[in-house]
Amino acid sequence: MLEVEDVHTRYGHIEALKGVSLEVRRGEIVTIIGANGAGKSTLLMTICGNPRASAGRILFEGEDITELPTYEIVRRGISQAPEGRRIFPRMTVLENLQMGAVPNGGRYFEEDVEQVFELFPRLRERQHQRGGTLSGGEQQMLCIGRALMARPKLLLLDEPSLGLAPMLVRQIFHSIVEINRTRGLTILLVEQNAYQALRIAHRGYVLATGQIVMEGTSAQLLADPEVRAAYLEGGH
Amino acid sequence: MYYFLQQLVNGVTLGAMYGLIAIGYSMVYGIIGMINFAHGEIYMIGAFISIISFLLLGILGITWVPLALLLVLLLAMVFTATYGWTVERLAYRPLRGSFRLAPLISAIGMSIFLQNYVQLLQGANVKPLPPVVTGGWVLGRDGTFTVQISNIQVIIIVLTVLLMTVFSWLIAKTPLGRAQRACEQDLKMAALCGVDVDRTISLTFVMGAALAAVAGLMATLYYGVIDFFIGFLAGIKAFTAAVLGGIGSIPGAMLGGLLLGLVEAFWSGYFSTEYKDVAAFCILVVVLIFLPTGLLGKPEVEKV
Repeated sequence: MLEVEDVHTRYGHIEALKGVSLEVRRGEIVTIIGANGAGKSTLLMTICGNPRASAGRILFEGEDITELPTYEIVRRGISQAPEGRRIFPRMTVLENLQMGAVPNGGRYFEEDVEQVFELFPRLRERQHQRGGTLSGGEQQMLCIGRALMARPKLLLLDEPSLGLAPMLVRQIFHSIVEINRTRGLTILLVEQNAYQALRIAHRGYVLATGQIVMEGTSAQLLADPEVRAAYLEGGH
Repeated sequence: MYYFLQQLVNGVTLGAMYGLIAIGYSMVYGIIGMINFAHGEIYMIGAFISIISFLLLGILGITWVPLALLLVLLLAMVFTATYGWTVERLAYRPLRGSFRLAPLISAIGMSIFLQNYVQLLQGANVKPLPPVVTGGWVLGRDGTFTVQISNIQVIIIVLTVLLMTVFSWLIAKTPLGRAQRACEQDLKMAALCGVDVDRTISLTFVMGAALAAVAGLMATLYYGVIDFFIGFLAGIKAFTAAVLGGIGSIPGAMLGGLLLGLVEAFWSGYFSTEYKDVAAFCILVVVLIFLPTGLLGKPEVEKV
């Protein structure tokens, strides 16, 4: 479904991605793990065309989307719950969800908003509250909910566990698995919380300083001594 | 008391026009963080398009005043909006992503260009328009002093209230308005939601210019004379209004415009007409020093 071929991304003189290649197949949960600054978020943003890849190709359902403007990429079915959640702070929860529905013109709004509220009942209680006043966990739910409103074919999740209490992390990951199972939604998940991510993913890639250094099924990665030493020890 | 009432009427009229121009400054600042210094010139062009439209309609024999006004209003809004759109396309969009001052300098250049462009095409002379709307109402009489509201003032105030209502609804309830607010709050995220950011910015300029055109038409009717230089002072006044209300805030721009109009009218009425501009700009200085976020522009507390 998504093929990233030898993608390079630069910020001025700094090369954040140095030839990344990966593949996501329909119905999979694929995770990218790696330390802070490895280029995980840059990779997700590059898939959405901001910043643009300086070299390489990105294919989505066989179409080259490397040079498309961000909104065109999003309208082709790639939604992102980005780093830092980026909730619109002076819009209500409902309005944030309406923004998520922009790619399909809000045609399925009533139906989809109901599904998001079923997935995250807290958002129903808070629907008329402004985004900026929500707690971190609620913002994360809203962030994922907003991405789902687009009815994406591929969902990009950037560190959904960041800054959340362990119980909330479990709840969010549970929701991710549920979305994948019940709707068959393909998910590319970026995480520092490698253990949790590998537990729910089918396959994974390890990103270090802008390059893929390892790939395999989640079981393989979980069993790999290097991965264990670098990303899993220290308890999660 | 009657004198006060008269200044109030004059001030509200003036404030309505400032408010309409100020919205353009505030919206553009809200979305792309830049002061569009060419906005005053857009207002001036709106005034010129109005006066030309009146002449053309006169030639065509359309002299029934309500119809003529409506047609001129539409013509001015459409053509001025085209100017607003073109300015953004030519002078600002190519500089997006450049350093922060670049579009600002470009805006000043655009302002000088538009002034000279109109001066070249229309001449430097003051252009008069014979009174189109005449008459008015007497609101009260105190000896020899009568409080009046002219029909033009009524039209200005009613039209402004109408436009601002429609406009507020547009921003609050329509998908376009929502996209504009999203862009204002987080440009990058708006794009990730599938909003065509460039198109939204263009439409913001178009809307701002259309409102400025209405102000230009009003000024033409109200004062009866225009020239290529009127955009400068009106532009800075409206900018002051936008800052006073809280730049980036649309209700703020309306409120700021109204307050500034009142201050100017009362200052002229009770102190001196010569120094009314000084009063207006003192407000700008005081607001910038003591209340930089303006009256309604206070940023909300946000949890991270």
